[in-house]
Parts: sequence; C-alpha cells; structure tokens
Amino acid sequence: MAADASTVGSSASSSGGFAPFLVDSLFQRSLDDMIKALRSAPGGESSLIHRLLAEIRREIRSTDSDTKFLALQKLTYLSSLYFLDMSWAAFHALELLPSSVPAFKRTAYLSASLSFHPSSTDLLPLATHQIRKDLQSPNPSLSSPALHLLALSSSPDLALHLSNDLLSLLSSPRAAVHVRCRAVITSLPVLRLTPDSARTFLPKLVEALSPSSPLLSAAAGIFCELVCSGDPRPYLPLAPDFHQVLLECRNNWILIKILKIFARLILLEPRLKRKLVDPICELMRRSPAKSLVFECLRVVFCSFPDEETAFQLAVEKVKEFIAADDDPNLRFLGLHALAMLQPGQSWAVEENREAIVKSLADPDPNIRHEALRLIMNMVFENNVVEISSLLINYALRSDPEFSNEILDAILVTCSRNFYELVLDFDWYVSLLAEMVRNPHFMKGEEVERQLIDIGMRVKEARSELIRVARVLLIDPALLENQFLHRVLSAAAWISGEYIQFSRNPLEIVEALLQPRTSLLPSPVRAVYIQAVFKIVTFCFNFFVNAGVLSDSKCNIDENTGAESEDSSDVTTFKMESLELKKLLTSKSIIHILNLIVTALVPLSECNEVEVQERACNVLGLVLLLNGIEWKTDDVDWRIDGKIREIVTIMSSAFSEELGPVSMHAQKRVLVPEGLELKENLSDLDEILRNNDVPSSLSISFSSRIHSHNEDKEESEPATESTSLLAEHRKQHELYYLPTDKDESGSNEHPRENDVTNAVSSEKTTNDLLKLTDQSLVSRLTKPAKPRPTVVKLDEGVDLPSSSSKYVREPTGDLLSGAVRDVLFYGDETSPTIQNTLSENYTQRKANETSTISNVDSLLKDSSSPREREIGSSSSRKNKHHSQGKERNRNTRKNETKEEKGNRSSARSSHHHGKHKLKQRVESGDPSLAKAPQTQAIQDFLL
Amino acid sequence: MGIRFVLLVNKQGQTRLAQYYEYLTLEERRALEGEIVRKCLARNEQQCSFVEHRNYKIVYRRYASLFFLVGVDNDENELAILEFIHLLVETMDRHFGNVCELDIMFHLEKAHFMLEEMVMNGCIVETSKSNILSPIQLMDKGF
Repeated sequence: MAADASTVGSSASSSGGFAPFLVDSLFQRSLDDMIKALRSAPGGESSLIHRLLAEIRREIRSTDSDTKFLALQKLTYLSSLYFLDMSWAAFHALELLPSSVPAFKRTAYLSASLSFHPSSTDLLPLATHQIRKDLQSPNPSLSSPALHLLALSSSPDLALHLSNDLLSLLSSPRAAVHVRCRAVITSLPVLRLTPDSARTFLPKLVEALSPSSPLLSAAAGIFCELVCSGDPRPYLPLAPDFHQVLLECRNNWILIKILKIFARLILLEPRLKRKLVDPICELMRRSPAKSLVFECLRVVFCSFPDEETAFQLAVEKVKEFIAADDDPNLRFLGLHALAMLQPGQSWAVEENREAIVKSLADPDPNIRHEALRLIMNMVFENNVVEISSLLINYALRSDPEFSNEILDAILVTCSRNFYELVLDFDWYVSLLAEMVRNPHFMKGEEVERQLIDIGMRVKEARSELIRVARVLLIDPALLENQFLHRVLSAAAWISGEYIQFSRNPLEIVEALLQPRTSLLPSPVRAVYIQAVFKIVTFCFNFFVNAGVLSDSKCNIDENTGAESEDSSDVTTFKMESLELKKLLTSKSIIHILNLIVTALVPLSECNEVEVQERACNVLGLVLLLNGIEWKTDDVDWRIDGKIREIVTIMSSAFSEELGPVSMHAQKRVLVPEGLELKENLSDLDEILRNNDVPSSLSISFSSRIHSHNEDKEESEPATESTSLLAEHRKQHELYYLPTDKDESGSNEHPRENDVTNAVSSEKTTNDLLKLTDQSLVSRLTKPAKPRPTVVKLDEGVDLPSSSSKYVREPTGDLLSGAVRDVLFYGDETSPTIQNTLSENYTQRKANETSTISNVDSLLKDSSSPREREIGSSSSRKNKHHSQGKERNRNTRKNETKEEKGNRSSARSSHHHGKHKLKQRVESGDPSLAKAPQTQAIQDFLL
Repeated sequence: MGIRFVLLVNKQGQTRLAQYYEYLTLEERRALEGEIVRKCLARNEQQCSFVEHRNYKIVYRRYASLFFLVGVDNDENELAILEFIHLLVETMDRHFGNVCELDIMFHLEKAHFMLEEMVMNGCIVETSKSNILSPIQLMDKGF
C-alpha cells in the first residue's frame, strides 16, 4: 500500500505546485524506504530519525496531499514506535481528515487516534465537524474510524457536541451492526464525559442487553465497565436483564463479563445468590472453556462461601487447575484462586497442601510466590515453629531472589501484631540468627529492627539475644558481608545494653575491637565503640562491687535491672556472678584497657565525627580509670576510694532500661499554655496524618526512660540523675512505660530450644512435603511453657496494620448519579422533582420496610423449588420480559399502594444488613435512594 | 477493566506495535514499555504468562520471535486475554500467511486496522476472523 501511495504521489505532483514541493515529492522517501533505512542502521538510529523528522517536517507542509499523506504516514510510524512527540503535526492530520481518498482518510484517523488527547491537542475542536459528517455516513469504513477517534481522544466539548449523532447511530436500524456495536462502546467515554446524556443513552443501552440483540457483546462490555469501575448500586435494577443473558447466552466472552457484573452486585444484594448458584454450577460442570470456569471459580470463592455444592465443585475445579502439570498458567491461576478464599474456608487450602508445597519448587517465580503466600496464610501459633524452620532450610537451596522472598515472608508473618504468633522467643531469636547465615541474606534492616525490638519488649529473650549477639560478633567472616552490617549493629547494641546476661563480657569486648571491624561503615562502628563503653563500665562496676559484697546479696541486681524476687533467678545469677568474678580480675581488666587503647587511639583521629567522638569518650574513660589507684590487691580502695564514686556515677548513666516508645507518645503531651498550634496550620492536618510514621522503633540513647523498680530505686541512695528522672516520672506518669506490665510476666527462664536443628539436613521438596504433613493443620496443642510478656503500648488503639485492608465506599460520582436517576425513576420523572417530594419519600421508605419483609417471608416459603425453576426457564423468560418493560409501572403501582397506608413495622434480617446504608439515607443524603432500588429488584427475587 | 494496551515486541525488545487505550505521556510509555519488556522477556517457556506490573496485569505470549503483550486491569480474566492474543495471531496469520515480524513492520497500519476491528476502546468487539478481515480486504481492493 505504501509503495502504491508513493507512485501515486509522484504522478500527482507533476501536475502542479511549487518547485520545492515538486522536488520533495519526486525524491520523497516512501514508508518502505524509511523502514528499510531504519533496519539497515541499527546503531545510528537516533541520527537517522533526526534526519527523517527534518524531512517529514518539510514534506508535511506540502500543498500536495499525496506528499502530505506520506509524510503523515511516516510520522505516525515513527511516533508510535520511537516515542516521538507528534502533537505539532495535529493540524496536518486534521487537514487530511476530510480527504476523499479512503487511504488518506484512514491514515489521518489512525494518526489522530494514536496521538490526539484533549490534554495535549488544542486543535481537537476543529475535528468536530468532520467527525460528525463521517458518523452520519452510511459507509462503515468512514464511520468506524470516526468512532475510534471519538472513543479514544474525546474531550467533554466534543462529546457534548457529538452525543446526538452518536445516539442516532446507536439506534438507527439501518446502520451496519458492527458500526452500531462500536457506537455502543463509544457511548461509554461519552457518558463519562457528559453524565447528563445518561438519560438518553441508557434506555438504548439497556435495550441492547437482551440476549437476542446483536449488540449484546458490546453492551455487556460497557455495563461491566460501568459496574466495576464506579458505584454498582445504580445498576441493581438491571439484575433481571443480566440474569437473562446469563441463562441464554452461549458466548464465553459475554458470560465472563456478566459474571463480573454479578460479582459486584451480589455484594449489594446477597439474595441474588439463590438465582445464580444453579447457572454457575452448570457452567462449571459443562463449559470446556477454562477462562469461563475460572471466572465462575472467582465468583464462588469470593461471594458464595456458604453454598456448599457450588463451593465443593469450585474446589474440585481448582484442584484440576493446580494439578495441570503441563500448563503453568492453570497452576498459577489455581493457586491465585485459593488465595481469594476467606479464612473460614481454609480447609480448601488445606486439601491442596501437597500441591502448594510442591509449587515452592516450581520453575516459575510467580507460582512460587503465590504458593509462599498461601503457606504463610496457613501459619498459626502451633505450627509457626515447624513451618518457619522448614522454609528457612528451603530458602538455603532457593535462588537468591526467592530466598529473600521467603525470609521476608517469615519476618513479616512472625512479627505481625507484636509477634503474636511467637510463643517461644528463644526459638525466634535463634531463627533470626539462622537466617543471617543464609548466603543470599539481604534483609539486614528488618532483622536489625526486630532484634532490637525484641530486646526492648521481651525481657525473657534477652539472655538468648546476648548469646546470639556474641556468636554474630565473634565471627570475623560476617564482617565482610555488607548485608549483615545492620544485623551486626543490632548485635553490638544488644551486647552493650544487656551485657549483664553475658557469661564473658571480656570476650565480647575483644570481638567488638577486632581489627576487621574496619570493614564496617562508620555508623555501625560508632555503635560498636559505644557498646565497648557500656561493657567496660559494667565490668568495672562489677569488679569494684564484687570485691566488697562478695558474700552478701549480689549488688549487681541493682545495676542489671534484673528482678531478685524469683529465687531461681537469683541462684543462676549468683552462679554467674561467681564465674564472672573469677573472670574479672585486675589483670584481665588491665589487659582489656590496654586493648582498648591500642584499638581506639587511631580512631580518635577518624574523619567521621561519630566514630571519633565515641572513641574519644572511651579513651577518656580509660584515662580516668588509669589515673586512679585500683590495680593493687589492697581492699581499701574498693571501699571508699575515688574509684567507687566514679563507678557508681558511670553505671547509673546506663542503668535505666530502654523501652519501646509508644506510637502515640507525642500526641499525649499536653500543649503548653500560650502555644498556638492550630492557627493557620489546619491545612497541614491532612498531610501530617498521612505521614504518621510509627515511632516505636526510634530509640533515643540520650534520654533514658525509667521504667520500673521505682520504689527500690528511691530507697537506695539515689544518684542525681535517677532522682531527677523519678521526679520527672511523677510529673508525667502518663508518658512512661507502665510499670506493672513488665513485672507481671513470668520469670521462668525459658529452656534452650533445639527445634531448629532437627531438620537442617533436608534436601528435597519431597522431604519438605513429608515434614509439613502435619504442620499446616491447625492443631490445638498446649504450649509447653507460658508465653513471655511482650511489652505492647497502646493496646486497644487501632494500629495501622498491613493486613486490614481499607475498604473504600464507592463514591457516588456524577455518572452513577445520572444512571441512578434513569434506572430508578424512569426517564420522564426528573430526579430533582423526586427529591423535592420529601414527604412522599419518607412515606415510601416506610412502605419499603413492609415490602421487604414480604419478600423475605416469600423467600422463606419457597426454599425448596429450585428444581422447578430449572424446568421452567421458558416460562420465566416471558415473565422477565414483561417485568423489564413494566418496571416503571411497578414503581408507580407501589407508590399508590403505599397511599393506602399499608405499613408494617416488621424488620427483616435483610433489612438489618442494609442498616448502614439506611443510616446514610436518613442522615440527609436523599440521592442515595434505596427504596426504589429494592422495589425494582424484588419481583425478580421472588 | 478491559484492555489498557497492546504491545508487540521482538526478541531484542524493540516495540513493533503499540496501541494504548488509556492516555499516557510519551515518557510514561517509554518507561512502561522498558520495564515490561525487561520483565517478560526474561521469562521462559515453563513459566506462566501472567506478570503483575504496577497496577496492571500483563498477559503475554510468545510466537516465534514476537512477543504479544497485553496490559489489563487487575481483575480482568487472564485466560480470556490469552485467547484474545491467540485470536489476534490467528487473524494476522490468515491475512499475511504465517505472520512474521517483517509483515508487521511493513504493514503497521494494517495491523492497527485489524486491532481496531477487534478491540474498541479496550473492549473486545469482534471475535470472528472473517468479520475482522473483511474491511481489511476491502481496503486492499482500494476502497
């Protein structure tokens, strides 16, 4: 075609025109030439395109329409494939629209529909006249490109000016069917742009919904679009028509659309289910088309959880899908369908457990992802240990990406809602440590967050945390892996904060100062050095006090913050303190101090201020300690030397426990008098609310929050800082952590957990399968020991959780408002008049109560005759037809009925379900007229 | 709901046909096509034909050296779209006779017209091959 055009061009151009245009058209590149040139210059395409564009710019201005056409054709080609802007050529496309040569016109329309858009094309109104002319043409090859342009590039003005022409095309019996079909589709963008035209368009569109209409496919398409993209409520009165199509239509494309429409409508009118169950089951049984079966599955899983036969059938079909070994598409969709199930039907997931676990090894990452999601949905308190351990082992053998996906899933699931699934924190902490050993590990930030979070929230986990931190810190190999740096930072912080649980603090100091720490980024190094500071303080305090109070009650309790009420706890501490005492001799401490000096002196000149400052702090402490006499074995210095004073001050700086900060702490602070917060800032409200970052992770090292043991502290000779804190606490009790909560938890020391090692040698999926044999089942086993207390703040306050989806009420947009007016009230009555008849309105509402209760009682009576319904589909057909026509009359009939005062106060259960909506109606939103809607559909439901 | 865009891309990732049913700026299109092509072309035969990308679901299928990629809304029926892709390919096959990348390159307009006959504003209107092709045949005769 392009070659033809170029010869036409050269012959036509000889007949006249200016010399430059003559040259242009004689030597103009044809489209084929251009494509060949582009193909032969794959490297230098951009320079070639530049040249081509320059040519086109010149050619397109030609007065010769052949030259212009060819230029436009080339430009359209380049623009659609090489992302070139062609809005500058809009006028030239418009110039060619009226051409009498069909090829020119087609190209002009194609070019326009590919590039025009109201936002970028100012010249769009210029096309109005030509489009109208072409719409009116009896020739389909003219009207259908015009419809395309109207559908894709229309502006509100254009839609308004052309809506009448579109309507006459839509309803004209003379126009070709496929043009009318296109007109039906085009009416959707026109309706959206001009909602007022709903009044004239909708009756025609509803007419096209009949099963015998040739326009049915297009009508089903646009109603599906309307129902699914906006407020579905106005379309409820059309349920009988949709139902009719569902029963009679044999076209799978149309049936899929109708099922999608019903999926939305059922949410509004649950009683529709009764009408739909049988046809849908029939489709699932009979239809060979997987696409249609899948759509049925979707409707059943999402909307019919309580219809047993349908549900069983759907579950069977899903099994077939998942078992399709040769078709990854069906396997994916099968898993996808299972993920739609609500928690109540998890048995259906359970039935497919084997296949789901196998899918973890599928070659397709998308399928693996779905399988993982399903498995994580099946995790409960009693199987979390097994499933997580299995998955972690499985992650070792997966590819890096999926491996991290698994780890992420475990981290998210286990930490959900303050670790509600975790009963045994020792297990969980060692699980986190095990995760880190995965060669593909990349979840450093999350593991860091959780380690610190658990440290602060769960007292019982601290000794295990210290053990894990020690293992991580001591291994020099881990320092190389940049993904682990964040985890190491958490380990260092934990080792500093909870050092009292350590058996060998000196070993940890050595680990923190090992030469390879130079591989760490400076923020992590700063944490390391700070941890050294805290550990040295602890050791020295212990060393000084242990000599004095060796036989009486250990004084460390005061400093460690551990409770002394539990006797077993005290004995373990005594044992540990004996060990520690042996460890912390003046000799070993001197050794450590020397080590610190060697390691940190170079850092006191570090470029990074954080590192430098902390290094200097530690060095200062060492200098201070070295300046005082304590190295002799003489006891005197321990009792009243200067050293004791220093040690007390130093350790009191770190003695208060850090706790989690409430997410709402800031909000509870009273606004000081005289501080205007809201003036002129009310606009920011919205923004601030959206950016409300959960602050529970933020740890402030400077302001230490005193959380418990308050009485004890006060009876002790309190240092300045603690007494100040106590005073502060008295004043602002509200913002402190609750004291009782911490102490109410059981202090029983959790046992060592060895579950994680049990399955470490598994190699294949089959083994994984065997092991999950029981684990996915939700068994009710009693936990071996009580769950430790997890400090939660703001209980009872709604926390933004990821699992709870924010369901948005469909807002009544202009179009659905217009549609509601047409479908509920009929064309002849204006909605404004309706609304003014408020008296009438309230009366009708009262009547509605009675009619609904009638409907309900009838529904109850006819609970059995489903078989009858199937048999008499032909008689029902007639009934529906008449109903469709009489809908308006019905409405009016009901209105007259209500004047007779047919009132009843009976409230049905259905009515109760609609309570919310009714409230909205009552609260002064008359446009949400529910009454006519129910009336229109009630006969259908009978 | 409905089809948002149809892309034909070769093995090298070059776009051979692009039809959008919703407005995107050229920059958005360039970015979108780049991302989608990278995602889909990396997948192999044993993997399923559905990829989620941004707020779209991409349903794609490979025929010889050409990838047919269709972007749809998230709740569109994936299998129906696969059937649509197959229908598109069959239609092109019938017209061009064993369609290949070159046919589409050199007859881009015609490919667009075929697509226009099948899809209108993201909605499938015609599924009969002979109905789709009869206007195209008329065009070939010069009408």
